[in-house]
Amino acid sequence: MTTTAASTGLRAEQDKGRKTAQNREKWASVRTYISAAVILVWCLAPAYWMVVTAFREVGFTYDTTPWPTHVTLDNFITAFDTSFGNRFGQALLNSIIIGVTVTVISLIIGVFAAYALARLNFRFKYLVLGFILGASMFPGVALITPLFQLFTNIGWMGTYQALIIPNISFVLPLTVYTLTSFFREMPWELEESARVDGCTQGQAFRKVIMPLAAPAIFTTAILAFISSWNEFLIASQLSNEATKPVTVAIASFAGAQPNQIPYTAIMAAGTIVTIPLVILVLVFQRKIVAGLTAGAVK
Amino acid sequence: MATELGPTPVKPASGTPDVHHGPKGVGEDNRILSQGKWASWLLAPTVIALGVVIVYPIISAIVMSFQKDAGLDPVTGLFTAGGPAGIQNYVNWLGQQCAAPGGGTVACPPGTLGGQFWTATGTTFLFTVITVAFETVLGFWMAMIMARTFKGRGLVRAAVLVPWAIPTAVTAQLWLFMFDFNGIINKLFNASILWTGSEWPAKWAVIIADTWKTTPFMALLILAGLQMIPAEVYEASKVDGASAWQRFRLITLPLVKPALMVAILFRTLDALRMFDLPYILTGGANNTTTLSILVINQIRQGFNSAAALSTITFLIIFLVAFIFVRFLGANVVEQSGATGKGKK
Amino acid sequence: MKTPRFLLPAATAGVLAISLTACGGGGGGGTTGGGSDAEANLDSRGPITYVQGKDNSNVVRPLIEKWNAAHPDEKVTFKEQTDQADQQHDDLVQNFQAKNADYDVASVDVVWTAEFAAKGWLQPLKDKMAVETDGMLEPTVEAGSYKGTLYAAPVSSDGGILYYRKDLVPEAPKTWAEMMEMCSIAKQNNMGCYSGQFKQYEGLTVNASEAINSAGGSVLDDEGKPNLNTPEAEEGLNNLVEAFKNGNIPAEAITYQEEESRRAFQEGKLLFLRNWPYVYNLATTEGSSQVKDVLGMAALPGKDGPGASSLGGHSAAISVYSDHKATALDFVKFLIEEEQQKFFATQGSLAPVFGALYEDQELVSKLPYLPVLKTSIENAVPRPVTPFYPAVTQAIQENAYAALKGEKPAKDALADMQKSIESAGAGS
Repeated sequence: MTTTAASTGLRAEQDKGRKTAQNREKWASVRTYISAAVILVWCLAPAYWMVVTAFREVGFTYDTTPWPTHVTLDNFITAFDTSFGNRFGQALLNSIIIGVTVTVISLIIGVFAAYALARLNFRFKYLVLGFILGASMFPGVALITPLFQLFTNIGWMGTYQALIIPNISFVLPLTVYTLTSFFREMPWELEESARVDGCTQGQAFRKVIMPLAAPAIFTTAILAFISSWNEFLIASQLSNEATKPVTVAIASFAGAQPNQIPYTAIMAAGTIVTIPLVILVLVFQRKIVAGLTAGAVK
Repeated sequence: MATELGPTPVKPASGTPDVHHGPKGVGEDNRILSQGKWASWLLAPTVIALGVVIVYPIISAIVMSFQKDAGLDPVTGLFTAGGPAGIQNYVNWLGQQCAAPGGGTVACPPGTLGGQFWTATGTTFLFTVITVAFETVLGFWMAMIMARTFKGRGLVRAAVLVPWAIPTAVTAQLWLFMFDFNGIINKLFNASILWTGSEWPAKWAVIIADTWKTTPFMALLILAGLQMIPAEVYEASKVDGASAWQRFRLITLPLVKPALMVAILFRTLDALRMFDLPYILTGGANNTTTLSILVINQIRQGFNSAAALSTITFLIIFLVAFIFVRFLGANVVEQSGATGKGKK
Repeated sequence: MKTPRFLLPAATAGVLAISLTACGGGGGGGTTGGGSDAEANLDSRGPITYVQGKDNSNVVRPLIEKWNAAHPDEKVTFKEQTDQADQQHDDLVQNFQAKNADYDVASVDVVWTAEFAAKGWLQPLKDKMAVETDGMLEPTVEAGSYKGTLYAAPVSSDGGILYYRKDLVPEAPKTWAEMMEMCSIAKQNNMGCYSGQFKQYEGLTVNASEAINSAGGSVLDDEGKPNLNTPEAEEGLNNLVEAFKNGNIPAEAITYQEEESRRAFQEGKLLFLRNWPYVYNLATTEGSSQVKDVLGMAALPGKDGPGASSLGGHSAAISVYSDHKATALDFVKFLIEEEQQKFFATQGSLAPVFGALYEDQELVSKLPYLPVLKTSIENAVPRPVTPFYPAVTQAIQENAYAALKGEKPAKDALADMQKSIESAGAGS
């Protein structure tokens, strides 16, 4: 009997331990949800106000009722209205063209550079690193005039390349640095062993390292895309009617009267450009991360 | 610029002991040669892209900064080129000196751009330190939450992207709209703060808006860093009975550090060049003029002097970046005690 | 320097030489070969481009279509800039600096005329290129001129109007002192009394100059030198400072631009509002407006009579780099014809530049503020006409703002303005 008693006691103790563990886990998940809720509120509250304003009648722009009132779709119609020369649809397309091109090109050449910096031994590495970083140190506002004159001289004003190339160079430093820092942490033994198995260096990189680096590459892609999507200063001076991106198109929104700030239309445009972007990123995130990293990383 | 990094010389320079590879034989030399060749091919596109778009303007700014701004010919009423200025433009900015009516210079009176240099520098650093600190802490926290598995994680990840995906042009207008005296923020908190009308509220308005806007950048980069940590490492530490704090300090932090440092470094460089938000929110009033705002205002008043200011800004940022890389370990190629001692 | 080395001597010589079209231009934007460019292409005709900021109410496009139908060989293309004045200014500067021949005719804000003219970018509108300005309101012509020469033909004008509550104020105040007395009415009704635009931005220059000019002072004297250390200027600025202090101007007005102040007025929070004519249309039609039926309009109050409004508006200027100046000139003349002026007024609420139009029955019935606006513009003082306008407006804004916030006395603020403006012009 004593043994039974002892074992019951032990079991009770184990149960208790399990319970506290369970409790702790429960508590942790509650905390996670609370944190998640706080994040949601912090990130979405201003965006919520943008959407509410976007759906308000112009005449009630400054209404501060915290929920939607005087609801209308007019602002979205205004945003897409082409009769006054606003080509918002075209501008959206331009932003996508520019953003995608910038992202793809800067990722490709960024991966090259990062691979060299992370994996190869060569002289002047620090010089190159410093040079790349140095490109992120000059005030962007001071770049406009020289670029304007450069592109005027070679007849590129208003072309897509005049918008794409500066954007590439704006995102490249970040791209290269991010990728390099991630590449440094890669298990390169795997590449070595793949090469032993007969892969070329390029194959080894593509088949072994790239999938492992997928989250990093994907994150870098989002960063690059959004930063070129957001670019305004350069585009405002180097684009023309046909090539201007959404940021410039939004700045061209005007009220029906001089001096009137078309907040409602601006917010509608903000809503239009933000929501698809977020959805797109989410879809991609799922597909790419799931496809490439299956099992490899957490 | 591409010439600078042409194919690497065969022989490793004497000042670069390569601890990792041990004594060098002929084969080793060849290997470095081929790596150098490879490296220059791989780096060439990046360097060319940056050279055309960034280096060219920097050089042109430097050249211009040694020229006087155009002056008015009193007879014709037309502007004429100012001629060489030596380092006068730089001296004027750093000493806050302005042209005096009788010739020579005087201390810049209030109401001139020249008189704002040091306050603008101070404001820029203030914004940078506070926003980057907020963004790092908040971003890390958000990334930790997003790295956990829970129902609705997708929603949180989407939500975090929102502030950053809204174009800055819209963000700035949105915050201006919300910080209005009769706007939603004052109404919600039942306050009557003159957000854009007095010094500290104006500064906080900029800081809040910037933190809101760019924390996602931090969060995403840190999240990517977290995702690169193999799950087994955590499992092993859990089995070892490490507490949550220990796991964070001993595992998460060191492993995320490279990504974190890159994120902080780039946020710092961006914050030091902050422009849109304060420009639209406050127009630079109430001591919210940053160096970039000062540059664009000066561009409208005199180009060469603006070029000098851009160059000074560049040097300031360069110094900050240098300190970062050298002393704070924001060094992407230097792994914990491993290779890559390279040149320095 | 974007000019290749070997071109540098050529660029210098360009000032003397006949014309030097396609070179990159001196980095400072200062080198002007004005004389030579201004004499080229005067008789040449062909397609041109008209550059203007955002066409808010779609008035420019129909006019251009009309022009193009009549001039198939000299078609005008419309290049539309953004809605923000700063960006329009910078865009023009970039293109003039690059000697872009595609910017033939540009719409120029009244405050940019002197700067652009002094840079040698604008075609003087004299001799062969003269434009008839008879019948135009004097201040609008003045604002388009620099050193006695017309550089930009006035197309639209703008002036400040005092909006007031007809239901609360029996008769509009004629002087500042009268208005301040009426502030007791505002107190009784638990509302703010007066507001203009007092955030630190261009609007503050407008309001501060109005205060100074209305009290008999002036920012610049006839020679373009600052003239702010005067009792009149001090009285003017002090009027605003005092009103802030005693609450006649509500404290939040320090954050107001046009829209915020309009909103406060429309919500019934203000008795008097200084703003532009656009408020009329919105305050009488917007659903949220609480002043629809009680909106009164009057000229700005001055010291003994009507005050001196700051002048707004746009003019049309021809670029010296234009390849088809004869066409450009015809198009400018077309823009200022009475018929087009009427169209601007009725469709776009843009104030005409011809005095006679302000008495046109058809226009007045549509835009009842015209008679008041005419008084306003007739008494208007162009904002300081100076090639250093960016520096001057900076000096006014920063110091006036400090004074309004009570950080320094009006007198000191004016002294600092004076010094700053002197310094801006001293570089020559």
